[in-house]
Amino acid sequence: MSQALLPTLLNILFRAFVVLLLPPLIPGIITKIKAWMAGRSGPPVLQLYYDLAKLARKQAVFSRTTTWVFLAGPVGTVAALLVASLLIPLGHTAPLLAFEGDVILFAYLLGLGRFLTVLSALDTGSAFEGMGAAREVSFSALAEPALFFGFAALARATGSLSLTPMLQSHGMWTAGHLSGPLMLILAGWGIVFLAENSRIPVDDPNTHLELTMIHEVMVLDHSGRPLALILYGASLKLVVLGALLVDPLLPVLSKGWLNGLALLGGLALLAVVVGLVESTTARFRMNKVPQFLVAGVLASAFAFLLLLV
Amino acid sequence: MTLYLLSLLLAAGSGLPGLFLRRRGAEVSAGLMTASALLGIGAALGVLAGGPVPSFRLPALALTSPSLLVLDAIAAWFLIPVLLLAACGAWYGVRYWEDAHGHPRWVRLVFGGLTAALVLLVAAAHTWLFLLAWEAMAIGAFLLVSTEDRLPETRRAAWIYLVSTHTGTLCLIGAFALLAGVAGTWDLGALPRGFAASRLGTQTFLLFMVGFGLKAGVMPLHIWLPPAHAAAPSHVSSLMSGVLIKMGILGMVRLIAWIPDPPLWWGALFLGLGGVSGILGVAFALGQHDLKRLLAYHSIENIGIILLGLGLGLIGKSTGQTALAALGFAGALLHVLNHSLFKGLLFLAGGSVVHATGTRNLEQLGGLAKAMPWTSAAFLTGSWAICGLPPLNGFVSEWFIYLGAFRAMAGARWPWSVGVLAALALIGALALACFAKAFGTAFLGTPRTAAAAAAHEAPRTMLLPMAVLAGACVLIGVFPMGIAPALDRAIAGLGEGLPASSRLAHLPLVTVLALTLALLALGLTRWVWAGRRSEPVPPELPTWDCGYAEALPRAQYTASSFADGLVTGARWALFPKVHEAQVRGSFPEPARFESHVPDPVLDRVLDPAFRLGSRGLALLHVFQTGQLPVYLLYVLLTLLFLLIWMVV
Repeated sequence: MSQALLPTLLNILFRAFVVLLLPPLIPGIITKIKAWMAGRSGPPVLQLYYDLAKLARKQAVFSRTTTWVFLAGPVGTVAALLVASLLIPLGHTAPLLAFEGDVILFAYLLGLGRFLTVLSALDTGSAFEGMGAAREVSFSALAEPALFFGFAALARATGSLSLTPMLQSHGMWTAGHLSGPLMLILAGWGIVFLAENSRIPVDDPNTHLELTMIHEVMVLDHSGRPLALILYGASLKLVVLGALLVDPLLPVLSKGWLNGLALLGGLALLAVVVGLVESTTARFRMNKVPQFLVAGVLASAFAFLLLLV
Repeated sequence: MTLYLLSLLLAAGSGLPGLFLRRRGAEVSAGLMTASALLGIGAALGVLAGGPVPSFRLPALALTSPSLLVLDAIAAWFLIPVLLLAACGAWYGVRYWEDAHGHPRWVRLVFGGLTAALVLLVAAAHTWLFLLAWEAMAIGAFLLVSTEDRLPETRRAAWIYLVSTHTGTLCLIGAFALLAGVAGTWDLGALPRGFAASRLGTQTFLLFMVGFGLKAGVMPLHIWLPPAHAAAPSHVSSLMSGVLIKMGILGMVRLIAWIPDPPLWWGALFLGLGGVSGILGVAFALGQHDLKRLLAYHSIENIGIILLGLGLGLIGKSTGQTALAALGFAGALLHVLNHSLFKGLLFLAGGSVVHATGTRNLEQLGGLAKAMPWTSAAFLTGSWAICGLPPLNGFVSEWFIYLGAFRAMAGARWPWSVGVLAALALIGALALACFAKAFGTAFLGTPRTAAAAAAHEAPRTMLLPMAVLAGACVLIGVFPMGIAPALDRAIAGLGEGLPASSRLAHLPLVTVLALTLALLALGLTRWVWAGRRSEPVPPELPTWDCGYAEALPRAQYTASSFADGLVTGARWALFPKVHEAQVRGSFPEPARFESHVPDPVLDRVLDPAFRLGSRGLALLHVFQTGQLPVYLLYVLLTLLFLLIWMVV
């Protein structure tokens, strides 16, 4: 018993570290890469930690238009993401909970976060925020099928409905006929990842014109601790969805702590790739975004088709 | 059975005392309805808890029929939402439908009659009784829809409903006649093997599908549903959308129970109809600005989800995959219950909005959450549940259907169910968009009109029914394993050897995660709140909005603009109509912009077709001269023709 207890405890500690402490580092890496590519030195990698600490001490301002729904957005999003993070395997370490059908719960928890964020944006009565909310729900209607086709393909390949076996069955991917579908799934999910995390080329978190934003414009009116929750939630979403992309690619290593390190390396690499993508592409015109997302749907649908034959 | 019969009588008579009482008639009738609900739900729970199945026979009719009414598990499962919504609606109606609206006594009387017809229908085990109850339900609903018959749109809605329900009844009479020919009896019950695959079986099945589909509002037979739900008083809409349309589903479920060997294409047809209803239902809902029409289109969507579940179950039954059958049927039946809870809740909350502001148009509402905090919480609960978001009840039933679809696909037996997955995912995302739009425009932001600004919270007799329904939504969502045994008994009659749903889905883990979610949310709220209290509260400020001067309420995002991206994206299916004034010259006139999405079948196909038809029939006017000798000539000619025809 005591022999099994220590690894479990370490696993829990590792997960707590990845979910609670690590996330703000990822946007830091992305920003740093973008700065280097542009020839600037850029803000420190830990900038988001400083921002969060500052916001936690600040007084929040609430518009007289808002109701309790305004708070439900940031709180609900972070709570839903934290629960979703219980379900997802981080590298080749076991998640706290894995059961048949947790995939759907995972996807719907992300949906819950989106629903509450959108409502809290509409609560301000601002036209800008309404616009962002409308875009968010429209684009996610296309991202959702891409995510589900990918899950369907993985379920088909692994015969399981649970995230852990789906994402951790490393041995299968080296088999020739499965590597093609996997690449397509990852391409589709990569697009979902960029869209859901509001990165270039779908959305630009750093743009100055509110009219062209999607996610950032929804949180214009939040301040203080609610804003801190939103920023932390966004970085947590990078980690949670990033794990979807990274997990299937990681090799299985002999020691538990090596697997943990592999995950951290994978996430850092993902951040670097996102930084490179953001530095080398421009964001799409708003009417091109649906086409980009449909490409994601098609990629994961093709993956499923390939698995049928 | 005594409990059930008492409940039936109380429901039927609940409106009677009100006819004679000068005061408190509404409360008396609501009290009677509550008593009826308690008795009936008690009887149903007894059956679902594994008690004996009560049945009732009339001695006079005993020659042909072993039993007239059988309260089996399926009947009990459908009885619970019927009575729950009826009791909630009755209390809600006390203050909602007062003298100012006209005929309150009449509405209560017919409401009781409609409830009794529904109670009778769920347990009917004899063809004639079934059809009688079916007809009583149709007429009752027609009378209630036409309550406000001074409005032309109400009259139109009521007529459309009457015509379509009778078309459906006609199909049902045909189908039941065919069925009686096979079974040799008017009793409803199991059918022989091989019947379903025969030609007669196919004809019967299609007639049933049209008859029940018309009642359930399956796309493209849904034409009566949006106008009727919009025109009826809200507690009636709640009962209609919550349980009346489910009687179509009840019919389909019964049919599935009678057929031991459904062909594979039945399941495929269910899936096809379900996908079409689900996706188009929610897509058309996105285009609506009328709150109650929007909810009505969502009923079509949810009927689609139920059909997807039934279709998966049928495929499982045809191919002998019992786990798939159990998941599909369990998802479908649980969604029947769930949908009646959250849609009933949404119609009641929507009715409170109409009651408080006098309008159903979303574009004229806004900011109601401040004036109506409880109603808005109720509407939010309903929206949360209908989008299938955890941890409310909508998630659990959709989860079953998802699990079934995954299982059918991963098991390599039926890969096409990936279509079900994609459809469900798309429906979920669009429903989320639609309810973000409905809740956001009506309840959040600032009031767009004076009527919305002057809104008031609904009285307690209207809030209490909403609280009951919202509580039920949360309870089933957080503790789904509590209802699983009853659900297993309800689906047991639909196929042989179906495994228990608790062995197929890890329901306790849903509870664990739901409670974790609630705890986390609570903790985070406390943290945010602590930060707010540490310093003096800043004065009330307007929305920052990037530093623009305080925006006018009219500058808010409207329901149309919110949905515009998706509606124009799907214009190849929705055909939105846009009325836009051209802006001309240096000093243009004030311009208006208006857009709406007409119904695809009613406004695009049937209306023009009937118009054309009546114009074509007008050609026959030449024969109608109005002179007696000419008509006598017609009679003579007809007789001559018949004579010749008989001789030859």
